Amino acid sequence: MTASARVPGLYLSDLTLSHFRSHLSARLSLDARPVAIHGPNGAGKTNLIEAVSLFSPGRGLRRAAAQDMVRRPEALGWKITGILHAPGGAREVETWSENGAARQVRIDAKAGTQLVLGRIARVLWLVPSMDRLWIESAEGRRRFLDRMTMSFTPDHAEVVLSYEKAMRERNRLLKDQVRDGHWYVALERQMSESGAQIHANRQAALIRLDAAQTEAETAFPAARLELVQSEGAMPETVSDLREALSEGRFRDLAAGRTLIGPHRTDLFGVYAAKGVPARDCSTGEQKALLVSLVLANGRALARDFGAPPLLLLDEVAAHLDAGRRAALYDEICALGAQAWMTGTGAELFAELGDRAQYIEVTEENGTSITRQSDPA
Amino acid sequence: MNSTRDIEALIDAMAKLPGLGPRSARRAVLHLIRKRALLMQPLADLMGQVAATARECLNCGNVGTTDICDICASEKRGNGQICVVEDVADLWAMERGQVFKGRYHVLGGTLSALDQVGPEQLRIPKLIDRVDAESVTEVILALNATIDGQTTAHYIADQLEGRVSLSSLAQGVPIGGELDYLDDGTIAAALNARKSF
Ligand SMILES: Nc1ncnc2c1ncn2[C@@H]1O[C@H](COP(=O)(O)OP(=O)(O)O)[C@@H](O)[C@H]1O
Ligand SMILES: [Mg+2]
Ligand SMILES: [Zn+2]
Repeated sequence: MTASARVPGLYLSDLTLSHFRSHLSARLSLDARPVAIHGPNGAGKTNLIEAVSLFSPGRGLRRAAAQDMVRRPEALGWKITGILHAPGGAREVETWSENGAARQVRIDAKAGTQLVLGRIARVLWLVPSMDRLWIESAEGRRRFLDRMTMSFTPDHAEVVLSYEKAMRERNRLLKDQVRDGHWYVALERQMSESGAQIHANRQAALIRLDAAQTEAETAFPAARLELVQSEGAMPETVSDLREALSEGRFRDLAAGRTLIGPHRTDLFGVYAAKGVPARDCSTGEQKALLVSLVLANGRALARDFGAPPLLLLDEVAAHLDAGRRAALYDEICALGAQAWMTGTGAELFAELGDRAQYIEVTEENGTSITRQSDPA
Repeated sequence: MNSTRDIEALIDAMAKLPGLGPRSARRAVLHLIRKRALLMQPLADLMGQVAATARECLNCGNVGTTDICDICASEKRGNGQICVVEDVADLWAMERGQVFKGRYHVLGGTLSALDQVGPEQLRIPKLIDRVDAESVTEVILALNATIDGQTTAHYIADQLEGRVSLSSLAQGVPIGGELDYLDDGTIAAALNARKSF
């Protein structure tokens, strides 16, 4: 079976950017193939794939506020549109922000929510700041874990928001040394319901990732993943979590914050073949583990969701030798994903040949210029 | 130009009303001025009167012009049921539905530690007192399906558990949707199909 034999299920065909960061007005006409973006530093390549990341719920791959994405100095507002081809059919998606307000979404000319967007599109990304993911704080790993989880279970986003809202309320009571037990009970009830759900969703995601890693033949090293708590064990059922929160109240009062729950979960990764914790691996190995996970996530989604996700791989060539790079391109093509990849020189994508489409980004007087071109 | 200063001030004041902006406020004021005798003066009289007499019911928080509102004053409405709502607008919406025959308790908001809204601000202690004072047998929690709304519902339920039967409006009340925006039929259906909390 050749890579082109499979019908790609999720891709953007017509993308426009208006007043988005360094892009004044960009119009791209694309097919389902991977997109290789090249151009000098500061040209606006990452800005382009950041725009694509906004076809999923949330703040995009830089986790920026809507008003930071508006093109300066005009600072009027920005807009991104695209035709998203998904398993259920093609949708016209528009997202924009005006006057510094939160970003809005319209799907097929009707007002939509970011949550609905999450059900239509799945978008995963790797950006250079994640190169240190395994050695930096648990927060980054948790965010990575939740993004993978959300790709399988879009409603995970809402459960996480509910949990965090209730926890912020409880933390405030703790900080203010409020002693009204009924109030804690009410909040702990909501936290235990959403908290146990968060944990279950994450575990289900790990099982799917694990299966996708063992089943596949890949040039990338498998990562064995485990959820660990910063202390003690995570109470898994609603009633266990509720009880643990209730019992922990006294200790939490002293700490001024909630010490138990899924917000204290960390993602522990091991380079499976070597049995070495990811944080002790070489920089290149750490990156390879992340790439491996993103590809596994993509394969699992292709099977469950009917289409691989959009992949955004910023500066993906860095830390990968030529052999690994070629292997990555082969796997992306086999997966059939529209992978958006950036790199400074076109030669970094040579192994892709006509299996990809190319965009050159340059910059003139603070404005990005995009040019679609054939492979070099 | 002093001659229009009062009128400008009136427009500015009107524009502060919910649902009105500067444009619609100007139109409304112009309309009132054209109908000074027929509309504006009677309206001004009524406003003065209500401003002088309007108050919150000491028992339930409903608004009226007496210390105890008509619903709390009516013997017939003391049927052992209290419906707890966030806002007076929700109470009015329930009344429009014409199915609920009991009394209300208006919280005037939801619990939120972050916004410094505690049980005292929401008359929750008063609600607990009313359960005994009015021989209440059922408390219906008609609060919004937001985190704060549900925290408040759980908070009240936790204190009344075992003393009264507790219920909440049936599904069909949209998540985060306020009662005020529901049509009368939906409210009636949600009340009739209420489930134990
Ligand atoms: N809101 C904005 N308005 C205008 N230009 C911006 C804005 N945000 C970032 N930029 C510019 O975009 C450029 C960086 O683009 P980026 O996509 O990160 O480059 P690269 O091609 O190296 O990935 C910088 O020159 C930066 O000044
Ligand atoms: Mg970049
Ligand atoms: Zn009353």
